Amino acid sequence: MPITCSSAEIAAEDKRCSRGVSVAIKSVSIAFGGRTVLENFDIEISAGEFVAVVGRSGCGKSTLLRSVVSLETPQSGTIALGEVAAIGGKPDVRVMFQDSRLLPWRRILPNVMLGLEPALIPQARKVLAQVGLAERADDWPATLSGGQRQRVALARALVHDPNLLLLDEPLGSLDALTRIEMQQLIEDVWRSRGFTAMLVTHDVAEAISLADRVILIEGGRVALDEVVNLPRPRTRGSARFAALEERILGRVLQRRSAF
Amino acid sequence: MDTHKPGSALKTKLHPRTLMRQALPWVLPILLLIAWQWASSAGILPSRFLPAPRAVLRSFVELSASGELWSHVRVSALRALSGFVVGGGLGLLLGLLTGSLPWAETLLDTTIQMVRNIPPLALIPLVILWFGIDESAKLFLVSLGVFFPVYINTFHGIRSVDRGLLEMGRIYGLTGWPLYREIILPGALPSILVGVRFSLGLMWVILIVAETISARSGIGYMTMNAREFMQTDVMVVGILLYAILGKLADLLAKALERYWLRWNPAYQTAR
Repeated sequence: MPITCSSAEIAAEDKRCSRGVSVAIKSVSIAFGGRTVLENFDIEISAGEFVAVVGRSGCGKSTLLRSVVSLETPQSGTIALGEVAAIGGKPDVRVMFQDSRLLPWRRILPNVMLGLEPALIPQARKVLAQVGLAERADDWPATLSGGQRQRVALARALVHDPNLLLLDEPLGSLDALTRIEMQQLIEDVWRSRGFTAMLVTHDVAEAISLADRVILIEGGRVALDEVVNLPRPRTRGSARFAALEERILGRVLQRRSAF
Repeated sequence: MDTHKPGSALKTKLHPRTLMRQALPWVLPILLLIAWQWASSAGILPSRFLPAPRAVLRSFVELSASGELWSHVRVSALRALSGFVVGGGLGLLLGLLTGSLPWAETLLDTTIQMVRNIPPLALIPLVILWFGIDESAKLFLVSLGVFFPVYINTFHGIRSVDRGLLEMGRIYGLTGWPLYREIILPGALPSILVGVRFSLGLMWVILIVAETISARSGIGYMTMNAREFMQTDVMVVGILLYAILGKLADLLAKALERYWLRWNPAYQTAR
């Protein structure tokens, strides 16, 4: 039985319902053909937390994400997901990629239903409505725009009511307006469902506007671990937002000029 | 009276254009037919070499009225289809096997690639020796010829299924048959259908040769038999029948493509 938060629970801002799982990554090392991508990498993510991982391209942030769902196998170290007390079982982990990865030969609703029993059709329709695409249920993915396809991909992940949602630059290929819209959508569903979220992005502003914590990866290690203490929903124009963005960007660029 | 309704203007303009587009492919064949008829009646083209179109039409009507034509067509079509089902089915199965299982590829692919380079028609002397000239000889030759295009394209189709979709499928808990049904088979289908279209063409070529060399019925037999009696009109009827049947097979393949690949924008507008 999927557990969803009641609106009363969400109302109390810091008493989020415990849908999420904790993630513990301990001294993980990954290398591809002799080139080390992650070296003795450690991070702890608590249940329900939204963590953004930033860094320059090729820094290993996607590899980190992929290793959490076993798409990459670390040479050493451990990655452990916490138990979900409420369901007492294996946590459900879903991924959203930069490309939507919808099946082009299935219409939208069957795409959202991927891997589900037909009995869950009403639920799939509900989630599709939540991302604003209820009326496109019977269309082919090829007829949707890039932003709409990503919304379907989000719906597909949400239908499973995941305990951990991994976002691998899901908004990287969208235009600026659609991006902001999608960021709000992601924040909304995260706040209402309380799963743990791990977002990989190269956009520092996106990381700050969504995450509780921003982690910068450099040289295969954590170079910066910054808690974002701004009230939600966050406005990009605010001085504290700009100052934080400036600091993180400065940190990224400083390292670059040192080489 | 300058204010045209845009809709009606478009309609009257569009109508002759679509008509022309539909008629255009037939202009050349009809001109050829007219030239042919003219050359025959002017005596430039002796009927010993090529009968007049009217004579061909007459013999077509006679042959079909007597039922002789249809019995030959039925025999040929049955041979072609059964060869296609056997050879194409085996090609599909083996292609799926070697495409999905690495050990099956290691075991079988080298052998299949070697046999592939033998033209099926080069086997005719041996096949006659093995099977005589009855049905099994034709079935064997057509199956063999049809097998390879289906096999190779199935294998290739499975290998070129989008890695990203496979990854996604595994994350969503698909393994075994569901993964096959949802992602691998539909992903390989465009390539498989290319193989099917290829084999449908090859199917007729091989059957024609096999029937003209050794048969007691079928369109090829009818054509060869007519040669004995210098009935050029019957020979031309036979040749044209192959052209029509080949075109029908291709239309069928195209219809299958348009139905199965209707999700693909490239096939939605294709005529």
